[in-house]
This record gives sequence, structure tokens and C-alpha cells, in this order.
Amino acid sequence: MIYSDKVMDHFQNPRNVGVMKDADGVGQVGNPVCGDMMTFYIKVKDNRIDDVKFQTFGCGAAIAVSSMVSEMALGKTLDEAMKITNDDVAEELGGLPKNKHHCSNLGADALHKAIEDYREKLTGKVKKEPDIPEVSDQISCPYCEGPVEGMEAYCKKCQVEFEECWECSQPIKKDTEECPHCGATRVRV
Amino acid sequence: MKKRYMDHIAATPMDPRVFESMVPFLKEHFGNPQSLHSWGQESIEALETARQQVAQLINAQPEEIFFTSSGSESNNMAVKGLAEAKRKQGNHILVSAVEHQSILHSAKKLEKMGFEVEQIPVDEYGLIDLAYLKKSLTDKTVLVSIMLANSEVGTIEPIEQAAEICREKDLVLHTDAVAALGSIEVDVEKLGVTALSLAGDQFYGPKGSAALYIKKGTRIVPLIDGGIQESGRRAGTENTAAIVGLGKAAELAKSEMPERSKKVKAVRDLLLKGLPDKIEHVVVTGHPEKRLPHHASFCVEFVEGESMLLNLDMLGIAVSSGSACTSKALKASHVLIAMGLDHALAQSSLVFSLIEETSKEDIDYLLDVFPPVIERLRKMSPLYSQYLEEKQK
Repeated sequence: MIYSDKVMDHFQNPRNVGVMKDADGVGQVGNPVCGDMMTFYIKVKDNRIDDVKFQTFGCGAAIAVSSMVSEMALGKTLDEAMKITNDDVAEELGGLPKNKHHCSNLGADALHKAIEDYREKLTGKVKKEPDIPEVSDQISCPYCEGPVEGMEAYCKKCQVEFEECWECSQPIKKDTEECPHCGATRVRV
Repeated sequence: MKKRYMDHIAATPMDPRVFESMVPFLKEHFGNPQSLHSWGQESIEALETARQQVAQLINAQPEEIFFTSSGSESNNMAVKGLAEAKRKQGNHILVSAVEHQSILHSAKKLEKMGFEVEQIPVDEYGLIDLAYLKKSLTDKTVLVSIMLANSEVGTIEPIEQAAEICREKDLVLHTDAVAALGSIEVDVEKLGVTALSLAGDQFYGPKGSAALYIKKGTRIVPLIDGGIQESGRRAGTENTAAIVGLGKAAELAKSEMPERSKKVKAVRDLLLKGLPDKIEHVVVTGHPEKRLPHHASFCVEFVEGESMLLNLDMLGIAVSSGSACTSKALKASHVLIAMGLDHALAQSSLVFSLIEETSKEDIDYLLDVFPPVIERLRKMSPLYSQYLEEKQK
């Protein structure tokens, strides 16, 4: 199995799944292009997260991460919950495969967005539409953000030549030592 | 728990008879086929028998079969080697949009070397646009490569018609038959192709056994330079045991395929009809009829592929998915996107490819245990909640 026992446990028995009709804050992240979507709902009492629910469309890691984030957030003050980082979540889960780290990013982000949503409502700010990024097949150059077509081996804008990351297969600069996507470092033999 | 393997497209189990045929070449018959002594002669005789067996399976001549190490190598050799051999005549290459990565990435490599690569679009079933092929051929076109059948959606391409179009212009047509061979009849004469890739691990042979058919009189530049093995087309000491296994698998496929395919198709049909009947919002991907007999692929709306795959694995069933999450590159299947599916739908793809042993009972079990999994995952899915909300309005 590609996942740790803890990840599989949270994947099989996710905690706090569901929709909250009268939530105090809602946070949504991700889109179907990257493969994962998460929605977090929180109920706040005395500045603490009194209840939390989530829904996730995504892989095993995405579901386990959502479940773990919900467990970690429950009972925490809002400030404490805002401090939960993606690395904390991955660590609590006993690690994630390198190419699945972006899933752990989504989990904490969705929670933080729900808290921000609650705070914005509290201060009476007009609720923004959830910003879901434009759906497109385009990937961008990790060095200059220029557009890169699926099969291209170099960036037309900054002329960087790509190879595939040896861990996550995303385009990276040829002969570079560290992957900007998954953080893998090259081992020279 | 009983294990039920439904991932033929990833690998087939090895037939015990194939295994038995290989054993002597892993033990006492270790001689290098190029050696002149009797050790070598035993090995080369075995190679030539295997060459005949493979040739018979696809109705080719033995001298038109070149052994390689994998379907990917055969595809690389075909695309790069055939194009390079014709470099002086032109630099235009046509490949279908749903080819395997070993074709697409080989073409990409050629593009960097000055070739122009054009992709032939497909319709919603994954069938190539023959009219597009016809109108795109130019005086500069040197190679066309279209797969015989697609492993992700099971669609069988109209290669005979494509070959007719190519023949008018006297063009080289390569077909990647890796997914098709052993499951449907493949006859290079009938198909009218110039080159064809095949791999043993798709029809109960060993991994690391594959071949490229090249029609007599066709020039190709080798991928691997070195000795005179494979008539100088592919250097390197031959993997005798794997090649012997490939030959045996080809022989068995030749005699047993009609029966095999008939049996597996009957079981597959239960799944192809059964799953959409049993679960709401399930769409079949690929062509309903023009498809591989062991292949059933779907999109299960609102649920991501990897989460289904892992759940099925825990229930003892092995399948594949084209979702971004299951690919290391985290990109959705280019096949489904080329067929015009939106990303959310492409993420929910699931591919069942049955093997000889798959029984009606296996499908009954699947249809029994799978719906509760989907129900659970949909309850968790924000996309499903959105759908229900919109439905209520």
C-alpha cells in the first residue's frame, strides 16, 4: 500500500464527514482539474471550534487529510486552528507520499478559509463568492509562470528546458537539484 | 478474502504453460544465442521457434518480427526509427490524440529534433477522425501512428480504413496493438499496417517480452546500436527465456483466443450493463460495441477514481483509473480529455479489464459490494451535494 496505516484508517473511517446547514463559517478549496475539492464547515462557540464537518472529492490522501484536519481543529481556539500547518497534518498522519503533499496543503487551507469566512461575517464584510480558480488544462512554468502545453519540454517564455521530476513527474528545470513542486532533492550517485 | 483481479490492461498473470516453457532457459540452456557452440545453438533455435510463433499469431513472416524488451520500447523504436529513416523525404508525423505515452512522448522528442507532429482528434467514443487524417496528409508526411485499441476506454480504432487512406499516399502506418493483441484477432495483412507493436504481458506471457513487426522492405533506424542481434535492428544479448515465453504465449493465444474472448465477453457484458443499472450516474466510457471483449470502463460521477480504486482493493478487487490522483504526474487522463469529457468526470474514471478466470460470480460479488462504497463516497462528496441542491431548485 502506498499509504501509512494511519492514512488508511482515516480514509476508511473518516471523522466528521457531512454538511452543516447552519455553519458559522464555510471554506472551499481545490477544483476538479487538480483532482481534489474540499469544503469545511465550522461552528464557533466562545471563540473555539465547537463543531466541524467536511466534504471531500479526492484521493485517499485528500480524504485522510480532511479527516485529520477536522480532528485536529475540534476544540481549538480560532487562533490555534489558524496555526495548524500542512506539515503538521502530514506529520500527524505518519507521512504522505511525496507527490501527495499538495493534498495536505488543501486540508489546512480549507479550514483556514472557513475561519476567515466566520471572521469576515463577524466584522460585517460582504461575503465574497468562493474563488474557485478557472478550470483549464494549462500547466504553468514553475520558474516564470508562463504557460506550458502538456507535452512541451521547455518553457517558451523563459526558455528553461524541462525534465520530469524523478518523484512527482511534474516539469522541472533540467539538472536542477530540487523539485519546486514536491521538494524532492536529487541524489547523485 | 478471495482475490479478484480485473486489471488486465496493467498486466496479465502468466499462463503456467508459458512459465514451464521458460524454465529450461533460466537454468541449463543459458547459452548466448549468438555463440557458435552447441550452447548457443540451443538458444538460437528456441528464439527462431518463438519468432515463428509470434509471426503466426499476427499472420506475418518470421523475419518481420523483432524482439524488444517492452511495448514502450517497440513504440519508441517504431516512431523514432521509422520517422528518422524517412527524414530526407519529410518531417510531418500524425499520431492520434489518445495514443499511449510511449508514442506521444516519442513524437515529442522528434518535435524537438525538427519534426512536426500533428494529433488526430477523436470523437466522444475515442474513435479517430478519419476525415481529419485524410485531409492532414501532406507531401511532407512520413509516418502515421494510430493504436489498434485503447487500453483506457477499450475502443477499437478503424485501422483498416486508416491503412487504406495511408496506402493511397504510400505512407508508413504503425499501430500500437499492445492492448489489443491476445484479445481480438490481429492480422497484419488484413489490417494493412507497415509496423505493429505487441507485448507479452498483455496475453499471459512474461513481462519484459515484446516485439515490433516491421513489414519486409521497410527501412528503420535502430534505437539500440551495437551487435548484429535481431538482424542489426536491435542490438543487445537476447532475453532468451522471455522471448521463449512470448512465443509460447503467442501460440496459446492463436489456438485459444476465440474461446477465451467469447467467454470473457459474456462475463464483461454483465458488468458493462450491470454497473450502470445498479448505480445511478454511471456512464460508460469508450465505444459501446467497438470495444475490447474483456474491457469495461466507466465514469462514476461525483466520486474520485483513486478513492474507488483503494476501496475496491480492500474488497479484493484490482482495477485501474485514469484520474489525476492515481497518476504520479497528477494530471487527468489525456484520453478522456481528448474525448471531450470535463475534468470532474475524467477524475471519476474506473477501468475494469477482465482476465480469463473472471467469472460471473466475480461480477455478482462486485455488483453487490460496490454500490455501498459509492453511496459512502458520494455522501462525502461536495460535488454530489451541489448536484442534489441544484436538483431540488
